[in-house]
Amino acid sequence: MKTLIERGLNTAQVHGATYADVRIVHTRTEDITVKNGRPEAISQREDQGFGVRVIADGAWGFAASAMLTAGEVDRVAAQAVAIARASARVKAGDVDLGPPEVHVGTYHTPVQVDPFAVPLETKIALLLAADEAMRHVPGIGVTEASLSFLRTLKVLGSTEGTLIEQELVESGGGIEALAVGPGEVQKRSYPNSFGRDQRTGGYEVITDMDLVGNAPRIAEEAVQLLAAPQCPPGERDIILAGDQLALQIHESCGHPTELDRVLGTEASYAGTSFLTLDKMGTFRYGSDLVTIVADATTPGGLGTFGYDDEGVPAQRAPLVQNGLFVGYLTSRETARRLGQRSNGTMRADGWNRLPIIRMTNINLEPGEWTLADLIADTEDGIYMQTNKSWSIDDRRLNFQFGVEIAWEIQGGKLGRMLKNATYTGLTPQFWASCDAICNREHWQVWGTPNCGKGQPGQVAHVGHGAAPARFRRVRVGVTV
Amino acid sequence: MLGPERAKTIAGQVLGLSPADETEVLIQTGDAALTRFANSVIHQNVAEANVTVQVRVALGQQVGVASTNRLDDAALRDVVDTALRIARLLPPNPEFPGLPAPQPIPTVNAFVPATAATTPAYRAGAVGTICRLAVEQGLVASGAFSTGAYELVVANSRGVWAYHPYTRANLVTVIMSDDSSGWAQRSALDVSAMDTEAAGREAVDKALRSRHPVTIEPGAYTVILEEYAVADLIAYLAYMGFSAQAVQEGRSFMGGHLGEALVDAQVSIWDDGLDPTGLPLPFDFEGVPKRRVEFFERGVARGVIYDSYTAHKEPGQVSTGHAMPAGVTWGPQPSNLFMAPGSTSKEEMLRSTQRGLWVTRFHYTNIVHPLKTILTGMTRDGTFLIEDGEIARPVKNLRFTQNVLEALNDVAAIGRETMLLADEYWGATRMPALKIGRFWFSGATEF
Repeated sequence: MKTLIERGLNTAQVHGATYADVRIVHTRTEDITVKNGRPEAISQREDQGFGVRVIADGAWGFAASAMLTAGEVDRVAAQAVAIARASARVKAGDVDLGPPEVHVGTYHTPVQVDPFAVPLETKIALLLAADEAMRHVPGIGVTEASLSFLRTLKVLGSTEGTLIEQELVESGGGIEALAVGPGEVQKRSYPNSFGRDQRTGGYEVITDMDLVGNAPRIAEEAVQLLAAPQCPPGERDIILAGDQLALQIHESCGHPTELDRVLGTEASYAGTSFLTLDKMGTFRYGSDLVTIVADATTPGGLGTFGYDDEGVPAQRAPLVQNGLFVGYLTSRETARRLGQRSNGTMRADGWNRLPIIRMTNINLEPGEWTLADLIADTEDGIYMQTNKSWSIDDRRLNFQFGVEIAWEIQGGKLGRMLKNATYTGLTPQFWASCDAICNREHWQVWGTPNCGKGQPGQVAHVGHGAAPARFRRVRVGVTV
Repeated sequence: MLGPERAKTIAGQVLGLSPADETEVLIQTGDAALTRFANSVIHQNVAEANVTVQVRVALGQQVGVASTNRLDDAALRDVVDTALRIARLLPPNPEFPGLPAPQPIPTVNAFVPATAATTPAYRAGAVGTICRLAVEQGLVASGAFSTGAYELVVANSRGVWAYHPYTRANLVTVIMSDDSSGWAQRSALDVSAMDTEAAGREAVDKALRSRHPVTIEPGAYTVILEEYAVADLIAYLAYMGFSAQAVQEGRSFMGGHLGEALVDAQVSIWDDGLDPTGLPLPFDFEGVPKRRVEFFERGVARGVIYDSYTAHKEPGQVSTGHAMPAGVTWGPQPSNLFMAPGSTSKEEMLRSTQRGLWVTRFHYTNIVHPLKTILTGMTRDGTFLIEDGEIARPVKNLRFTQNVLEALNDVAAIGRETMLLADEYWGATRMPALKIGRFWFSGATEF
């Protein structure tokens, strides 16, 4: 591989590149789905290729191919330079990456049990047992249980002298129960919605989920939701469980702090950001309790790695400090605009995609409350768990989320179950209303394996650490 | 691009390596390029060449799937062995209907050499024009211009052989000022048929006209939805309920209602993978030819789409040619959605509206309740208040939360033109504009 990388770098330079990096990526994926008591889909995929990123005539070019041969490396490196020259026809100035980033190293995700060494029979048996435990509950219509494993081998070399090898391993799993009644459908998921929760790590991640043990509860809740009352509209105090808060952080803090969005380079797709450059260091993002960091070193986080795809080492960077907006997610090129060094967030969705700024693990630091005390301290509220629906405007201000399940809180006690609960608000006002966050015992890192961004589309795997938190006087139960 | 002969050789090699009772080979190739621009300059310019080979084997009703993007002999042998190993581990799936038998595949020409041969310089030229149009007006241009040539190949041990080469070209642009934005999109098989400059002018015009937006109260408004906004709503409606899997699982609004009038009698919606005015795809990922499926015919719910699995569950039903690749669990999906045009121009819709909102497009639409067809999302890139039959002023963006079937039951007019729009990830739509009597906006944002 190193020979091919050196060849690609040399070819790019011979054709006129002033900077080049070559990234070879090999991925192995295993997905297993059991549905209604039967293995529905089991597939193993292998994918490999390389991408060449260059600067020539002061502009970017990128080309990629699945064929790992010397001839193809030559062709693609030359193509990348030709594309950069075409880019240079419509440029304002030369790309400035700032000082060289020269790193030589390796990184391996800490793994206790290699998920690809666990027999398929064991995995299928686990899913069938979880599925069976859900289907035992009367009233359940559709059940689904799934596992997903990913191993990524990456080698990155650059004309600045960087040479990095990484092996990243992810394990994910989850169960879903769908209950169908007259004019109503309700779903419950565990540990997270959209099929699974996912972490970096080995099969121990799956063992820790206890999918079988949680299956009856999930199925019973789905059935109970059919008859539960609709969440009434109004202004209420809400407590968001960690799984829902993870997506709130993702949409309302993670995306708006991506500096490429702020600088306009995502305008044609996902949009821009309300966190404009003038706000850094002065804008009150939330209450004093709110401290949010981007931490690519969080153990088990789905956004945990050794180096980003520009070869910058993983870092922990503050975004919001005690309510004050203090920093962005950056790349080499964008950090230069702020006079900073990159905080290492450039990642690509495979060999055939250009690295772009992605969330790492965007974590809300824990507070001091226990969940029991927080509920007891809430006179009139709603406890909301597990995301069902999400939407936010293109500057990340107006949002509306729906959750799978909610419970009313009256007089400090959890009361009746509510279905179809939604809440809506504007990002800074919402985070300003945060007056309590649960402690580290309630804090965990959640995986979001479906973060879409970029053109052509890229899907990133990112993490969010969160503990349940309370928000005062939030609009809930949007009516139609 | 492999070409039909090389594709047939690879498929034959895989089929020859498999001792399974039934074997299917799905090959997808792509030579794709995209030029992306922002702040009126090109900031990303990429190209890729890729081939994936997916193998599905069946040992009786034990089914295994594996894929690779390598084409060497060892890799093809490995992918067959992996699929066989998976199949042997699994209990039989009584719902597996067997691989489809061969059927005549209609020929639709969807490959345009000019699109396949598009150069980075050509895309840069078109992008440069759009950027110039924006800069001349003191605006900022962003967008993406993609072109590519692709092949879809399906072969199986029962004799299916289906090969379809096709091209795609797609341009999107957002033009912005400090407090406004405008949008345009063009999609085509033939890049030379795309008027990219007209797209630039459309987005520039919208960005200029939406400057200095005012706040208005959320609530119920009559709306004129441009084709972009309609495409978004109908694509989500299809995802929520137009597949047999959704019906069979009890989560589709179509379930138990075929033959009933579910929407306004002016509304007809169908899927047709053979219509050359869409982005045609004559067969699905199982090699089954696509049939035209009517979802709503003059308001009446008529049918849903099937793959071989879902068809097998209903006696007498056959696949309509809407299977996704083996291993995808979402069930059948539409690929070319059409809505019948009406007889009204957008200008006539405007003149007939006393008070309402003009919506260019929606952003970040998502499902709130699939059975009740409730969606939420934001307006974006040009929202205007209509008063007395004219655009009165631009307004700040609003959040809608709306039952789509209710909206389609309140159709005041349908546009007489339709617009072809490629979906971001899969398929295409050809939709007209709509005027809806009452559309619910549940919130507002600050810009």
